[in-house]
Parts: sequence; C-alpha cells; structure tokens
Amino acid sequence: MTKQIVEMMVNGETREVMVEPRELLIYVLREQLRLTGPHVGCETSHCGACTVEINGKSVKSCTMFAVQAQGAEITTIEGLGSPDGLHVLQESFKEHHGLQCGYCTPGMITRAHRLLQENPNPTEEEVRFGMAGNICRCTGYQNIVKSILAAAAEINSASEAAQ
Amino acid sequence: MSAHKPLPHDAARLHVTGAARYVDDIPTPADCLHLAFGISSVAAGTVTAMDLDAVRSAPGVVAVMEAADFDVIPDCSPSNHDEPLVSDGTVHYLGQPLFLVVADSHLAARRAARAAQVSYAETAAILTIEDALAAGSIFEDGPRVYTKGDVTAALAGADHVADGRIEIGGQEHFYLEGQAALALPQEDGDMIVQSSSQHPTEIQHKVADALGLPMHGVRVEVRRMGGGFGGKESQGNHLAIACAVAARATGRPCKMRYDRDDDFLITGKRHDFRIDYRVGFGADGRIAGVDFTQYVRCGWSMDLSLPVADRAMLHADNAYLLPAARITSHRLRTNTQSATAFRGFGGPQGMVGIERVLDHVAHILGRDPLEVRRVNYYPPAQAASSDTATGDTPGAKTGAPLDTADLAGRGSVRVEGSSGGGRRFGAAYSPAPAATGNTTPYGMEVEDFILHEMTEALSESCDYAGRRAEAAAWNATQPVLKKGIALTPVKFGISFTLTHLNQAGALVHVYQDGSIHMNHGGTEMGQGLFQKVAQVAASRFGVGLERVKITATDTGKVPNTSATAASSGTDLNGMAVKVACDEIRARIARVAAPHLQAEPEAVIFDGGMLRADGAEMTFEEAVSMTYMARVSLSATGFYRTPKLEWDRIAGRGRPFFYFAYGAACTEVVIDTLTGENRILRTDILHDAGASLNPALDIGQIEGGFVQGAGWLTTEELVWDAKGALRTHAPSTYKIPACSDRPDIFNVALWDRPNREDTIYRSKAVGEPPLMLGISVLMALSDACAASGPAYPDLHAPATAEEVLRAVGRARA
Ligand code: FES
Ligand code: FES
Repeated sequence: MTKQIVEMMVNGETREVMVEPRELLIYVLREQLRLTGPHVGCETSHCGACTVEINGKSVKSCTMFAVQAQGAEITTIEGLGSPDGLHVLQESFKEHHGLQCGYCTPGMITRAHRLLQENPNPTEEEVRFGMAGNICRCTGYQNIVKSILAAAAEINSASEAAQ
Repeated sequence: MSAHKPLPHDAARLHVTGAARYVDDIPTPADCLHLAFGISSVAAGTVTAMDLDAVRSAPGVVAVMEAADFDVIPDCSPSNHDEPLVSDGTVHYLGQPLFLVVADSHLAARRAARAAQVSYAETAAILTIEDALAAGSIFEDGPRVYTKGDVTAALAGADHVADGRIEIGGQEHFYLEGQAALALPQEDGDMIVQSSSQHPTEIQHKVADALGLPMHGVRVEVRRMGGGFGGKESQGNHLAIACAVAARATGRPCKMRYDRDDDFLITGKRHDFRIDYRVGFGADGRIAGVDFTQYVRCGWSMDLSLPVADRAMLHADNAYLLPAARITSHRLRTNTQSATAFRGFGGPQGMVGIERVLDHVAHILGRDPLEVRRVNYYPPAQAASSDTATGDTPGAKTGAPLDTADLAGRGSVRVEGSSGGGRRFGAAYSPAPAATGNTTPYGMEVEDFILHEMTEALSESCDYAGRRAEAAAWNATQPVLKKGIALTPVKFGISFTLTHLNQAGALVHVYQDGSIHMNHGGTEMGQGLFQKVAQVAASRFGVGLERVKITATDTGKVPNTSATAASSGTDLNGMAVKVACDEIRARIARVAAPHLQAEPEAVIFDGGMLRADGAEMTFEEAVSMTYMARVSLSATGFYRTPKLEWDRIAGRGRPFFYFAYGAACTEVVIDTLTGENRILRTDILHDAGASLNPALDIGQIEGGFVQGAGWLTTEELVWDAKGALRTHAPSTYKIPACSDRPDIFNVALWDRPNREDTIYRSKAVGEPPLMLGISVLMALSDACAASGPAYPDLHAPATAEEVLRAVGRARA
C-alpha cells in the first residue's frame, strides 16, 4: 500500500512520519515515534489505555488513523512531564497511590488532564463519570479518583495564589 | 528506617510519565519478527485439511509453523504435558492454536493468520457440566472427597434440612496488558526471553524443554507485568515458547503479544462452578452438618485445575466450624479454554458455597444472616501465642529491644472513604480462649481466629443493625426499589498447597560505594511486592530506600523460583531477602566492630550509620572497610515456610501457615422491574497483620474488592451452543468502571501483628480481599428476598437479568 506523509505536532515538536492509510495512530506513536507511554489494552476504544490529547480533546488513539492526525496537535503522557519534572497530576497519582500495575496510568492521567481543563473544579461524582471511559483492573479506582481531586485542589489553589 | 511505611510504588515515577517499560515497550532490534497464532473455529474434532498457502504468501510473512514442522510438538502445560503448542490434529476447544505465523509486523502476522483454509471433522463438544458427567469426562480417577465427622448422621439428626444449588460463573482476568513475550537468540543456541509472566522459572523450564536445552541455556527476565491476577501463572508459556522456537528457526528476535480478542479466546479464565448442598441445622441456625458437591469446569487441559479445585474444597468452611462435613469435588474436562489460576485460586468459589448456605439457612429461619453467621464462627483464638513476643520485631536494630516507637508508627493505618473519620481498630483486642474443637474439615486447627472481634468492630462502625432496620423499613413501603445489606467474613489460607513451592531465594549485593542491588524470585505485577521487599532490605541495613536498586526478576540471578502466586510473594521473598541482608550485615559488623570498640553483636545499623556505645561510622565507610578487608559483600538468602504438612489425597494436614481475615458490609439497591442494581455503600475491615505498607495494602484491598464484586455481578462469560465464547472483548464483557464503584467506600486495616513469624509480622494481602466482594452477592440476595416470600436462589454473576429472575423466584 502506498505510504503517505503525515505531519503533526507531537508534544510541542513537529514530527513527520510515513504511514500506510490504514495505520492506526497508536502504532505510529509507539513504534515510529517511540512514545510507548500510551499503551494498547483493547484496540477497540473500550479501555482507554491508549488515550492521548488531540486538538484539545481526549482521543483513544487505537481507533484513529494516523492520517486523520494530519496537522493535529497531539499531547501524550510524555508531553505532560518527565520523571525529573512531574506535572501536578503525575505527582498526585504517585503520592496518592493512583496506580498499581501502572498499565492504565498514562491513559488515565492524560484523560484526567483534559477533564480538569474542561472542568477545573469537579465533584467526586463528576470525576467518576468523567473517567468512566478509562478502565483500571487493579486499583478499584478509589485512589485514582482521589489523585485527580487532590491535583484539582492543588492546581486551583496555585492559580488563586497567582491572582 | 522502619520497614513499615506507606511509601508509593517503587516505579511510580516511571509509571506516571509513561517511562515504565512492559514487554511490548522494550526497544527491539531492527530485524525483530512478530508472531500470531491461527486458531481453531470449532470446539471439538479433528483437522482434516489445513491449507496454509495463502498464509505463507501473505505480505510480510517470513515463516509458518505447524505440527509437521516439529519432531516433537513443544508442550506448554505447567502440569500434565497435555498442551501442544499447536494442535497435533485434534481440536480440543474453539480458540486452540493450530499454527504459528512469523511475520515482519504484528499486524501482518495477524492478517495472514486469517487466510488459512481449514476443514474439520467435528465431534460433539463437551461443554456443560451435564455433558461432562454423562461422558465421564474428568481429570483424576474420580471425585475427590474430604470428610469430617458423620455427615449422614448429622443430617438425619438435624431439626431442619435444606437443599440448594448455586451456579458460579467464571471470570476473565482482563489484565490490562495482554500476554506478551520476546525471545532474543544468543550465541551457541542459548535464548534470552522477556516475558510478562508470574512464573519466570516455569517459562525457563518450558522454553528449555522446547529447544532441547538444559535450563542453563535459557535466561528469563521479568521486570513487570501490567496486571497478572493468576492469568500469567501458566498462560504465558505458549507465547514464550512460540517466540523461542521461531527465534531458533529464523535466527532473529521474535516477539508475540495477543490481541485482546485472541487473549480472551485462547487463554484460560477463572473456573466456573456449580455447588449443590444439603445442610442440617438447628433452630438457632447452628449447622449440624453440610454436604457439598462441587462441579468444576476445568476446560480442555489439566493446567492448574487440580490445586484450584483442592483449594475450593479447602475453603468450603470459610469462617465456620462445621461439626460434620463432606465435600465432593468433580473435576470436569470440557471443550473450552483451560480454566486456570485467578486470584483466590478456587478459594472464592468454595467460599461462595458456604456463604450461600448460611444465607439460605437464615432465610428459612427468618433470622438476620449475620446472626446465623456468627453463631457458626470458629471459636475465638487462644490468646496470642508466646512466639509473638519472642519473634522478630519491626525495626532495623541488631539486638535492640522492641522498637515501640516504630510499632506506634504503624498507626499510619488509615480509614478512608467519602465518609468516616479516623478510626483505628484492634487496640482493645482480648480474645476469650477457644472452647472445644476448632478443626477445619481437613483437620487443621484454627489457632488464630480473630473474626469475632473484627465482625464486632465492623458491624458497629458501619452501623449494620441500624441500616438493616432502615433497609427493612424502606422495603416495607417501596414497591419497586428494594434494598439489601449483608456482612460477610473472609478466612483465607496462606501458602501454596503444593508444599514444595513454599520456598524462595534472593541475591543481594552491596557495592563499594554503599549502594545495594537486590534481586529475588518474586515478580511485580502491580501489587507493590518490589517496594515492600526493598523496604525490608533498606530496613535491615538501616539506610534510605534510595540506596536500594530493585532489579528485574531474572532466572540467572535467583534460580528455581516458585510462581508469584498464592499471595505468597512478600512472605516468601521478603524473608529470603532478609536472610541475605542479615548475612552481609553480620559480615560488615564483624569488620567494623573493632573500629567501634564493640562486639559485632552490639553494632546497630540505623539512619545510614553503624553505631555502638557512642561510637559511629557511616554505612559507606563500613562497606568500604569491609571491601578492603577482602570480605564478601554479596550473599544469597533462602527461605522455606515452616510448619506445613499436607496430604491432598486424604485431605488431611496443615496446608496453610496461617489464615488472613477480612470482613465486608455492603448495601445495595435493586430495581425489581429491570433487575438493575447499584452498590450504595461498602465498609471493609481487613487483616494485613502488621502491614509492611498500609498504603499498598489498602490499594490491594480496594482493588480486590472491586474485582470480586465485578466477578459476582457484571462479568459474565457466555459460550454459545457451539462452544464459542461470545463475550470475547470489553464490548461485551463488562469489568467494573470508575462509575461503578460504591457510592460510599470505607476501608480500614485491622492493626494486629501476625501470630506466626512472618516478615515483620505482616500478612499476605494479594488474594483475600477479592472475597470481600461476596458481600455484594449476599446483599443482592437480601434485596431479592425482600421482594417476595420464597428464597431467591440468586446465582452468580448477579447480572441485571439474573437479579430479575431471582426476584421472580422470590415472588413465586
Ligand atoms: S487500546 Fe485504545 S481504548 Fe483500549
Ligand atoms: S493500575 Fe493496573 S490497570 Fe490500572
């Protein structure tokens, strides 16, 4: 199949890749760009392990063709922070034990990041329903919800202090 | 530092940034090949023709391997040599691998696998319990029977006798990371395998077997799994073996991961059970005798089914003293996926059986089920045995007295949830001595029964009685929505029932600069084992955790390990690491003591220092001194669990080192018109002994409960009449989502040291909390019973459809 060039902005950098039209975005991210934070859990948009942010929306990258990402701005977990400079949400998941095996974690945090953009001050109920598209088999979700609420509180108090 | 700390998971920093690597994330050499199985589309019969030309000529395909390509088809079974890597021509289940495709990409391999033309001569598939019984399709020579007392006489003499049956569905593990393996061929025919496996030694053994190598020719490494839950105890064998044989054949690295549908179709799940019971009991609800018949659908191969079925028998008593009991277990061979280990390993199914019996008895007598449960509890434990006081104590100080500050520090125990303040339990614990006999149906003395106190504490803290009365008042006035509440206990036996598996090894190096390299046979699947064991190592040397490097499980470092299973990871490996650390510590102390003007025994390791009588030196100085003195800074450690003695055929002995306990109270509401249901509130009190890491333990409890609740409510496996698993993807197989969690969820630890001498007196916590989920099933049964006079006979999973049926039965 003929390949085509796709140009996208990934974690703040312009990246050009050659892809087959049928190639899924998750594989291009993981295999060509070596961004292995987004994981493959189901490949059918049910688990959320592959969640990335595209043009300000949470997207399950296992059900989007890479060619559809032409010109898009993409943020993966790697773009949110690094092991030496954690994002507030990342710090919060770490401190509040929002993970066990960690396989769902990149997708969870990426989704939570968008959720807090959409709703900076969510109730527990809103977090629970806002995260319902991301499955975790290990934690029972309690600590995930707690991590997100704690991060929201921290972000809000920081922005109040700034004002 | 103290060993007991609520520290985050060791790799948390890597996980939250996406930098933690799973098998599929490991960079592979450019010439790496990818594999996929072609699988059968019928459940039973023989392959009459298999045309693989289209597979071979599909784009990207490098090789195709079928039975004829092997002199001997490699075997993948962990127990019985009955699982050929690819079918030998006989088809045993729908989903069985028939051939192996080796291609230049994962998708190319999968696409090619679909191009095969296979014809079959189908035979009648044995799918159900009835089919298997009729065909005499069983494992072992007949049913296994464990007995205590004279059941027939007990039933004959009882005031009341009741019969019943419960069907208990299986469960898909749905580890979020599917099965995966990577084989890298080495010089001289050796092989290195990276595997997502709970049992690296088994992978090593099976791969060596397949390649015709001694075990020393194969090295297996496991850094972590994205969830295991028992599903990676034996089910990873196929992938590792496939990668190894393909790597041998092509000379190139080979990787395989199952796509989610393949994972559902190929791999085993939790065993589904039918349990028939006949129980005799008195007017007070006290059981006189019970006769259980457990039917276990094991699937096509033996795998781990025998010990799973054994463990179900061993938990048929749960927390209850049964004066007379007979447990009969039929291990049925069916043309379905080979059921395998799953958190609890049969224990949960056995426990559901007896919980159902007590629920039924209470219903017949019109009594509160909790009352009936409590009158049947084992007698309270003897006051904690003297070895509690003389055994090892928390804290890192050699020869130091009991570090009470450290014990108080265990107050990091927390209560959590949307409601509830900071309660602690267990402080005022003063058990009455045991009355008469308290042996299990398999003849083991229950020495540490703490559920009386735990039940009392939990029922008070969650206001069981008040809320039960409120639910009854609600049910009296509400025609459609019915509430139910149940408090159920858990008593779970800790140890592998195959006694020889209760051993572990560790390897510890201290480098010249004072940094520590730690390795042991346990694997990390999210349970926090590595963190806990690192806490042990840091505590033994009295240094900070940052000095301890946790390294991937590696069969080249610690040999002959057991699976990380049976909740035993920390108990076994923590002890082995402690032994290794203590060996090195003693050597360092001997070298350093003269410089501290003290006896080696008087040297204390604490706060990064060695201290004795006011003199001190840094840990680094002492290590460097030891090196200069030409004394080894490396040691192995070995541990085997004491006191075990078990005859599985007779069903007699002491299979378990100790029991872990827990109790959960759940309140639900059901819609009697649709069967829909919700968990309103769950309160849990769980016994983790003197918790090594309360935060990780509470995480295990919450996750275990939710997984158990999922098993018994929404997770339904449906096979059609042809033996095809119809729920083979998350679109149809529903595990709990974030929005399904109980509205109110309170979890607390029971804050008491293990009476047995385990690592820092902690208790295993991996499996037991799953069975707290039984409270959900029993609460749903209570709610169904509120809609009519008859017993609802609720089966599991209690899906909306099943709840609706049970409401109908209650009204009949
Ligand atoms: S892998 Fe994309 S949603 Fe599961
Ligand atoms: S931590 Fe394992 S799936 Fe979420």
